[in-house]
Amino acid sequence: MNKEDIRVLILRAPGTNCDLEAVRSFRELGPQVDLIHTQKMFKDKNLEDYDVLLFPGGFSYGDYVRSGAIWAKECEYRIGKELSEFVDEGKPLIGICNGFQQLVEMGFLPGWKGKSLYPEAALGNSTHGYQNRWIRMRYEGKGNCDMMGGLEEGFILQCPVAHGEGRFILPPDQREELLQRLYDLDMMVWRYVREDGSYAENDWPENPNGAYHDVAGICNPEGNVLGLMPHPERAFYGYLMPEWTKQSTPPEHGDGYPFFKSIVDYVEKNF
Amino acid sequence: MTRIQRSDFSFEHHTVDLLNAGDEELKEIAETLGLGLSLEELRYIRDHYLIQERKATDIELQTFDQTMSEHCSHKTFAGIIKTPEGTVNGLLKTYLMSLIDELEPEWCFSVFKDNAGIVDFTEDVGIAIKVETHNHPSAIEPFGGAATGLGGVIRDIMGVWANPIANTDVLCFGPLDYDYEKLPEGVKHPRYLFSGVVDGIGSYGNSIGIPTVNGATVFDEDYIGNVVVYAGCIGTIPKDQYIRNIKAGDLMVLAGGKTGLDGIHGVTFASAELTEKSEEVSRPAVQIANPIEEEKIKRAIKQVSDLKLGSGITDIGGGGLSCGVCETAETYGLGVEAYLDRIPLKAEDMAPWEIWISESQERMLLAVPPENLSKVLKIFEDEQVETTVLGEYNESGIATLYFHGEIIGKLVLQDLFNPPKLNRETNWSPPKLEEPVIPELEDLGEALLQLLSAYNIASKEKVVRRYDQEVKGQTVIKPLQGWKAGPSDASVLKPLEGEWKGISVASGINPRYGKIDPYWMAASVIDEAVRNSVCVGGRRWALLDNFTWGNPEYEDRLGGLVYACRGCYDTAKVYGTPFVSGKDSLYNESPMGPVAPTLLITSLGIVPDIRKAISMELKETGNALYVIGVTKPELGGSEYYKLHDELGASVPKLDAERNITAYRRVLDAMDWGLVRACHDCSEGGLAVAVAEMAFTGDLGVDLDIGKVPVSENMREDYVLFSESNGRLIIEVPAELTSNFEAVMSDTPMACIGAVKKDRAVTMTKDGEPVMELDLDTLISAWKKPLEERR
Repeated sequence: MNKEDIRVLILRAPGTNCDLEAVRSFRELGPQVDLIHTQKMFKDKNLEDYDVLLFPGGFSYGDYVRSGAIWAKECEYRIGKELSEFVDEGKPLIGICNGFQQLVEMGFLPGWKGKSLYPEAALGNSTHGYQNRWIRMRYEGKGNCDMMGGLEEGFILQCPVAHGEGRFILPPDQREELLQRLYDLDMMVWRYVREDGSYAENDWPENPNGAYHDVAGICNPEGNVLGLMPHPERAFYGYLMPEWTKQSTPPEHGDGYPFFKSIVDYVEKNF
Repeated sequence: MTRIQRSDFSFEHHTVDLLNAGDEELKEIAETLGLGLSLEELRYIRDHYLIQERKATDIELQTFDQTMSEHCSHKTFAGIIKTPEGTVNGLLKTYLMSLIDELEPEWCFSVFKDNAGIVDFTEDVGIAIKVETHNHPSAIEPFGGAATGLGGVIRDIMGVWANPIANTDVLCFGPLDYDYEKLPEGVKHPRYLFSGVVDGIGSYGNSIGIPTVNGATVFDEDYIGNVVVYAGCIGTIPKDQYIRNIKAGDLMVLAGGKTGLDGIHGVTFASAELTEKSEEVSRPAVQIANPIEEEKIKRAIKQVSDLKLGSGITDIGGGGLSCGVCETAETYGLGVEAYLDRIPLKAEDMAPWEIWISESQERMLLAVPPENLSKVLKIFEDEQVETTVLGEYNESGIATLYFHGEIIGKLVLQDLFNPPKLNRETNWSPPKLEEPVIPELEDLGEALLQLLSAYNIASKEKVVRRYDQEVKGQTVIKPLQGWKAGPSDASVLKPLEGEWKGISVASGINPRYGKIDPYWMAASVIDEAVRNSVCVGGRRWALLDNFTWGNPEYEDRLGGLVYACRGCYDTAKVYGTPFVSGKDSLYNESPMGPVAPTLLITSLGIVPDIRKAISMELKETGNALYVIGVTKPELGGSEYYKLHDELGASVPKLDAERNITAYRRVLDAMDWGLVRACHDCSEGGLAVAVAEMAFTGDLGVDLDIGKVPVSENMREDYVLFSESNGRLIIEVPAELTSNFEAVMSDTPMACIGAVKKDRAVTMTKDGEPVMELDLDTLISAWKKPLEERR
């Protein structure tokens, strides 16, 4: 399909933020983007009109109870069927930060055997509390996460994290086994690294939240649901990069650009 | 007491007979009702009812109390003050607002008349800005006090129909290592207040999705008993959406959270001194925050604003509905009918007067023409925000309050807003202090490291990272610069899509100068706020003033305030920088005495093209380093003296004319592309500024301090650590130094060194070594005191 015909949906709930950054990132690349209040979607239930769905960052419903939990339950109850159909069709579903928490709470991620009834991983309290800081993450995918296919293997993306709960953890009694499965099924997509590109190995602040195995983002076994804690939409333009002033004028785009371009290119070619 | 009688109504309501009440009786009435009114004000109110020939009601007297509180009516700043230099008829009018008339800045779109000041940005869009104080609540309940302070100022921005895009916060605490044993009863430890306040601001700002882009954290013993919390907000407003046109027949719509018993008598509390009983007595005066409610309101109000469906708007803050309703009506010469039983409540059985003055958070009051009502209500409904049509504006000039069909109060608005002017007198002048004799140190490198580790200079990363600094993707120069997280002088924002123009936000604050001379403190902090903005390429500054002061009924506090206001006027006039908004917080007294006289100046500047904004870190080996301005033996109030436990007397003064000329030249040089980095010399002086530039850029410098322009022959440590105003350190590309010098020719400056690859700061004087420190040592000294690592 043509880029201009791609329809991206960004849902928001009370407490959502980062929605406008995601909107403008997609828009600049060509697609039509709708930013819609979740209550309206619950009424209209027209998810099938869209090709890409993104749950943005923020503090949905204040993140009371547990990050992303309230909105996740509400979505499951109100549009659970539509969401499952969307995913089963292989369309890209992306969650950033609070959106990632949401996808885990809804059972789409890791989703070892399809969508699960309860969360199979968690994004726990970060080791250093809430922090806004820039990190580096390395693209670890080997091809399963199709929408990231435009990125070179080992691509390092600099962008901010801003969360208090983002420490990726797996059930302790099965941790090694499940980690191996993440690799076996090519679900490991992003890991925190140091300046020289080596893995953070749980060193703070390179691994900003104490995430197990430096995991920053994963996809489902089918590769079309992607969740990550860091915010590429906040690094879309060059003037947002932390050291652009080292050059006399900022480059047009920042590290977040290839992330979104890859998604749009993928949909353009495959749908 | 017999003068207060319960009415026959089925709900709690009282009449109050003021006829011929004597002073003692008036005082007793005030105490029974919990009013903070002075005797003079009580007499004024008594006479008002004499003319009306009727009894007062509880809700009416509560309204007078709210409206006439220092917090709402700023009576000290409006009052008449006799001084040896003549009578001042209103500090605000004489020294702050008058600059608007004298400077005639055509870009000031709406100033000093609304919830926030608005200045031009582009032809069609304005920038709204407001900074508030929230000291008293934060001292009692740091998390809630700070959070609601931020929530309140964000509503001030929405209260001019603007869309909030950024927050600022400036916090003042006692030293974090203060001895617990020495704390008097009722005073909380600085460390407790620090973590509570920082978390409160972070929690609110992060949850509502507005970045905190600028701030400062100051530590001083005089804040132990009186914590200071300044919260600011900036918003964008298309000018044609700034609608102020309430007419009779328009409806009053209350939108947002429910009304509860939190924040009753908040402004009365804020206008009194803190005592050891404050915690017990005033806890209910502190409101409870719910940022998600405000996030929803923000989305809804943006839509109402974009569609121009309202005719007026204000936030419900200090004084609750009593102030919001009465002020909007009075401003347009209207009256109003309000039906208080329609208001959704958090608590059952609230007395109508409690509903009327409750300061429950996250509420906005909109005036809506009847034909737009259904559209407005629908917008709020879609955002899941509760609304109440509270009543209607009319032409009566009277606020009539109903509860379950009964009239419970009638207020003549004109009388409510024309209280007697306060008369005060002060003969105070700044104390004569002595200049200390500081032993000359052997090792100036050691002194520099100690300064970098001083609380007021050390990295505030621990604080700043708790706040989202870049949500919305508009923060071009961030408060922490680069991966090394150096201290930016000002933040730069790019508020509009498709527009390279930006804004700069910076602040200036220095309570230690104020202890020596409030006049020069005011001059210095204005210079600092402007200077910081210059560093990133900001210009055309609008200023905001925020005074935090002790009880103005004491002659010295009042006298200091007058001096500070004069300093503001004299300096801002030469700088051509009008004040566009401000807020004062007086009565900051505790069992430990008055707060340090504290003036926060916030500068809002324009950056013509954000792609040319300048940051503070060194960029390239071989480039030349210049110092702009003259270094003088001005160490009074300096961090260097503080290392030696001295305050001193030689507070930095300034030659305003010379400084502003230099700043204009620097901006010219920036526009010509002659500047690669720029950083201001403030606390800790030149040596600290150079060290910060070096470790943030991860590049070394060679410096000859013998070349620094000085006013007279000075000791080396004074040259390095003096805090003279008007000074900047600038990195200039090696091949462009002659161009730079040509642009700067009529202003004092000198090339004092060069950037080098070798990672060390090396200082010499006339060939003799002064100090050499490697960058890792410097940055770790700077980061250590408030280390982020848990």
